[in-house]
Amino acid sequence: MKDNSQRFVAQHVAGIPRSGIRDFFSIAAEMKDAISLGIGEPDFVTPWHIREAAIYALEKGKTSYTDNRGLLALRREISKYVEKRFEVSYSPETEILVGVGVSENIDLALRALLNPGDKVLYHEPCYVSYSPSVALAFGEAIAVPTFAKDNFAITPEALINAWQPGCKILMLNFPTNPTGGTVDKKALEKIAAFVVEKDMVVISDEIYSELTFEGEHTSIASMPGMRERTILLHGFSKAFAMTGFRIGYACAPAAIIEAMMKIHQYCMMCAPILSQEAAIEALRNGESAMLEMREQYHRRRDYVVARFNELGLPCHLPRGSFYAFPDISSAGLSSMEFATRVIHEAKVAMVPGTAFGPSGAGFVRAAFSTSYENLIEATERLGRWLDKNRK
Amino acid sequence: MNSVLQLIMEGESLTTAQMAEVLKISHEEVEKQLAQLKEQGKVLGWRPILNPDMDENSVRAVIEVKISPEREGGFDRLAQRISQFEQVENCYLMSGGYDLLLFVRAQNLRKVAAFVYERLATIGGVVSTSTHFILRPYKEQGFLLSGQQGNPDKPMISA
Ligand SMILES: Cc1ncc(COP(=O)(O)O)c(C=O)c1O
Repeated sequence: MKDNSQRFVAQHVAGIPRSGIRDFFSIAAEMKDAISLGIGEPDFVTPWHIREAAIYALEKGKTSYTDNRGLLALRREISKYVEKRFEVSYSPETEILVGVGVSENIDLALRALLNPGDKVLYHEPCYVSYSPSVALAFGEAIAVPTFAKDNFAITPEALINAWQPGCKILMLNFPTNPTGGTVDKKALEKIAAFVVEKDMVVISDEIYSELTFEGEHTSIASMPGMRERTILLHGFSKAFAMTGFRIGYACAPAAIIEAMMKIHQYCMMCAPILSQEAAIEALRNGESAMLEMREQYHRRRDYVVARFNELGLPCHLPRGSFYAFPDISSAGLSSMEFATRVIHEAKVAMVPGTAFGPSGAGFVRAAFSTSYENLIEATERLGRWLDKNRK
Repeated sequence: MNSVLQLIMEGESLTTAQMAEVLKISHEEVEKQLAQLKEQGKVLGWRPILNPDMDENSVRAVIEVKISPEREGGFDRLAQRISQFEQVENCYLMSGGYDLLLFVRAQNLRKVAAFVYERLATIGGVVSTSTHFILRPYKEQGFLLSGQQGNPDKPMISA
């Protein structure tokens, strides 16, 4: 029977373009013998002491709902951690919300703040969910392109140029998925000043902040006038290798947290208690394992970025995250063609830059969250393929 | 720590040429650091970590040994002497209920037994021994034997 159910789908959902890389994902899924530099998560398994805390919680029968905002013990740990790391303090009682990953918190933040038609500025290339999440919250997403020459940092000038009346939110993500871009403190101060001038709110997704290799990560929330207008989003997926636990949090002024909480309490109720227990353990005792993982990413980054440059695929040095974003335009193919041919012919999986927005054209994302052995073999395969296919 | 050593301790098997590439140092520098480690005595040797589950030609035992200390040198002479036997893979002086802890490997149970009563127990100064056979390994020098960790069905590509 023919499926006619499409007519039931809401217009604004139907209107969200099917992710341009879904097809590519299906191709990749079949290529079992390819080496993957396409995985957007740590290759490490969650450190044992964290897994053990979840098992212990299960043994103790911790199988209930929790406070909608999350366990108070967890919010207290988050408050301490955020204060130490980001130099902003939030009240565990009223200014912190624990949710199902940063993913859920992005959705909550947008839905809590946007009136239909409000505009949201975000820098691009960026994480795939930003613009669709804005559309699902009836907002209008406005991309501000970023460039390799600026290390994919958003410049204050570009932001000022892109601004238009009706812009309510600026979404930031540093270090950035997919580019590893970061923004320096001076530029961030200017951005903050502009945001204050225009009375905007910032949603700052700092999920990769621990994975900053050079210099200190600075949160925009810590800048003058920003705490009152920033939703700081953070989670456990990347730094603590806890993607499958699905847990993250938002820190913001009480009225905003309260608004996000209203949505969260009806659509999610609370984050899974086992994951919350594991998260407490991660914050209390997870630092050394986290630093070890960071050290490994750091060295892998140095290796893989140098290799891309040697192969004639210019690659800026990502200061954070576990993503390299080499420029493949010298191969004379679009990002999608390049990624598709490379996965078929060289058996190396990378994500076309355009998956992260039109300004990713000419680039691919290569995740170095994999073993040296894989990185060495993948870049060798790529080198042989380039020799054959580049004049 | 020596950067080559740190890399090796992560447990991936890389050739020295690959190590040079990863660490962005010359091949000669890798060789030099390796030689240094041996020279300084920080690294005693290189050998693979075998999976004991796959080894059908030997049995292992742990032996607790009580010995009488000597006027000069305490436990050292006896400990060093016992360490000489090729069956003894590890030998430690312990606090607590006994003095030496030995990890012993031999072709079969009989040979371990023979080592204990013919060689070990007959040494002057060995007061008593207590032998425990290893039945099943679960972790060997940091490597878990319970199979692959992680999710084998992790998607090849994710955002
Ligand atoms: C920039 C960014 N934000 C959010 C997420 C989602 O994180 P979580 O697992 O906490 O939902 C990701 C995951 O890839 C990401 O790269």
